[in-house]
Amino acid sequence: MFRNQYDTDVTTWSPAGRLFQVEYAMEAVKQGSAAIGLRSKTHVVLASVNKANSELSSHQKKIFKVDDHIGVAIAGLTADGRVLSRYMRSECINYSYSYESQLPVGRLVVQLADKAQVCTQRSWKRPYGVGLLVGGLDESGAHLYYNCPSGNYFEYQAFAIGSRSQAAKTYMERKFETFTEASRENLIKDALFALRETLQGEKLTSSICTVAVVGIGEAFHILDKETVQALINEFEIAGEEAPADETAPQDQDGDAQPAAADQGPADQGVAPMDM
Amino acid sequence: MPIQQANWSPYDNNGGTCVAIAGSDYCVIAADTRMSTGYSILTRDYSKIIQLAEKSVMASSGFQADVRALQKVLEARHLTYQHQHNKQMSCPAMAQLLSNTLYYKRFFPYYSFNVLGGLDNEGKGCVFTYDAVGSYERVGYSSQGSGSTLIMPFLDNQLKSPSPLLLPAKDAVTPLSESEAVDLVKTCFASATERDIYTGDKLEILVLNATGVHREYMELRKD
Repeated sequence: MFRNQYDTDVTTWSPAGRLFQVEYAMEAVKQGSAAIGLRSKTHVVLASVNKANSELSSHQKKIFKVDDHIGVAIAGLTADGRVLSRYMRSECINYSYSYESQLPVGRLVVQLADKAQVCTQRSWKRPYGVGLLVGGLDESGAHLYYNCPSGNYFEYQAFAIGSRSQAAKTYMERKFETFTEASRENLIKDALFALRETLQGEKLTSSICTVAVVGIGEAFHILDKETVQALINEFEIAGEEAPADETAPQDQDGDAQPAAADQGPADQGVAPMDM
Repeated sequence: MPIQQANWSPYDNNGGTCVAIAGSDYCVIAADTRMSTGYSILTRDYSKIIQLAEKSVMASSGFQADVRALQKVLEARHLTYQHQHNKQMSCPAMAQLLSNTLYYKRFFPYYSFNVLGGLDNEGKGCVFTYDAVGSYERVGYSSQGSGSTLIMPFLDNQLKSPSPLLLPAKDAVTPLSESEAVDLVKTCFASATERDIYTGDKLEILVLNATGVHREYMELRKD
């Protein structure tokens, strides 16, 4: 089309009224490895797929604690995500300092969105190439927002971003009506199921994913590997059963070993810059 | 027209006394809870002690508005540290941060006389004592505030090690147990309350050790 003529800088409109640079930035998000978020009335769960470049290297950090009541999962250019997390942390600290109370999640995402918008209207800047799933709690309850490079933000019951996120979204679309009243454990299990959908057959183990929770009376924290693996075992052994079964016994013998072997072929969906 | 001088001061002294004593594996930090201005009492129940990190507790006397502002700055800086380093600040690190924060306002100081207590990286008790602009030193015990002139000589008498130059050689001070240290602190405040009008009402004692933080209160004379 006319794409190549109007996509050189972010301050050029296309004849169809689009800013291609911004859309390209959103492409970067789609290339990153998956991150999902879901919320109930009292909790928010964030989960992400953590693929390392090689067995020798460490995993990229994709979930950040912003404050006791807010956490963020990112997809896309993780360096941009790191910088924005630092900004969010700083904003929360400054708000606490001035008002001696926690920054409401909705205010933070607006500030984040405005920051992203600036980069879409300056000729010497580029848009942030990262999508952020901001999960948090404030006086008005649990919230999950998605901030995109365009400067837009939306509130969600559940959402997924990054490569093969559509599989997770499809799973969550079927189940999202149960999320509001779901218990903390079921919410985490739903997150793991949704995350598994993005792996397309690859075995889900705690070594390739990260799960974090925030809730009423529970500060934002990342769950440790053992806890995550125990939860994975709990539903994987039960087979393709719906995770609403709270009475499933914790069976540790069978799938205790994580399979680190098959990381090679699954890497193709992930752009190098996400690492 | 005669020369006119400014008669407004940005500072006030809210009085009060703080003490800290370091033990082999614990630290005791104490302060009274009286807040005054001039010859009046503002409140009998104001805490001068704040826990800045898992193993760092600060007690400050002086101008409480500046004390509160200082506490907030340190709290915010500690949060940033935790985000960057994924761990709590150690007591010696907090001691340096406090010194730098105070000196930062060298030309409009925090009117805050601080005593920082906690456990060092080896788990031993440590106490750091400060002046208003950040000069600090690690010591075994210290007191600051309106009653410090009454308490410090008493602590010296009870806790100071004998000089190594003495003949015949005297033992270093026998190690104080946690309960002995708490009793000593209570004695200090009971005495200071008698003669210092700005010290009294109630004593708040924090004991920091390997098991965590333990808080205790003792009534003091209210006159």
